[in-house]
Amino acid sequence: MAKSNEPLWWSLFSAGGVVAALFVPITLILTGFAVPAGKISEENMSELIHSPLTRVYLLVLISLPLFHWAHRFRYAAMDLGLKGLGAALPLFCYGTAIAGTAMALFFLVRM
Amino acid sequence: MTGETQTVSPKAAGAKQYIRPVPANWWLKRKTYFLFMVRELTCLAVGGYAVLLLVMAGCARDEQAFHAFFQWLESPFSIALHLISLPMVVYHSITWFNLTPKAMVVWRGEERVSPVLIAGSNYVAWLIVSFLIAWFFLGAA
Repeated sequence: MAKSNEPLWWSLFSAGGVVAALFVPITLILTGFAVPAGKISEENMSELIHSPLTRVYLLVLISLPLFHWAHRFRYAAMDLGLKGLGAALPLFCYGTAIAGTAMALFFLVRM
Repeated sequence: MTGETQTVSPKAAGAKQYIRPVPANWWLKRKTYFLFMVRELTCLAVGGYAVLLLVMAGCARDEQAFHAFFQWLESPFSIALHLISLPMVVYHSITWFNLTPKAMVVWRGEERVSPVLIAGSNYVAWLIVSFLIAWFFLGAA
C-alpha cells in the first residue's frame, strides 16, 4: 500500500467510526436482545429487511464499519507486534472491507 | 551542481537504523496504555457485527436460510456474542464522542465552543438516533 492512500483509508475509518458509534449499539440490542425476547417476529423482520430504506441502512452499516475495522485493526495488530507481516496486513484488512462491501451490495440489490 | 547541498540518507550510507525493541505486552504496563488498546480492539466488535449483518443480508432472499438465521439469533450462543459485543461497541461510542471536541475545535467568533458542548451534543444525537431506530423497527414489527 502506498503511503498516499492514507487519507482515503483514514476518511473511511473516520466515517465508519461515526456510523458505528451512532447506529451499532441500538441495532445490536435489536438483533441480540429484542429478537430473542420475541419483540420482532420473523415475518416482520424479513419484511423490514426487504424495504428499500432498511437496505440502504444495512449497506451503510456493513460497509463503513468494515473500513473502520480495517484501518484500526491494521494499526492495532502492528502495535501488538505483527510488524513482520509487511504489506500482507493492510492488503488483508482493506481487502476484507472492499470484499464485504461488494458482497453487501450484491446481497442487498438482488434481494 | 555547485552550491547544492547533497543529502545522503543513512540507509544509502550503509548505516543501520537502531530500532528500540518493544515487548509485545507493552500495553499491559500502564492503565492508559491498556485503555488505549481496549479502545483500539473495540474494532473487533464493530467489524464482527458488520459481518453478522452481512450474513443476515445474504440469508434474506431465501426463506429457509432466513429462518435458520432467525433461529440462530435466538440461540444462547448468539445472545452471548451480543452480550460480549455490547460493552465493546458502547465503549467505542463513548470514546469516539469524547474525542470529537479534540479532533474538531469549533470557534464562535472569538470564543471557542466548549468541548463539553460538542461532546454533549453527540450524546444527545446518539440518544435520539437510538430512540428513532428502536421506534422504527419495534413499531413496525
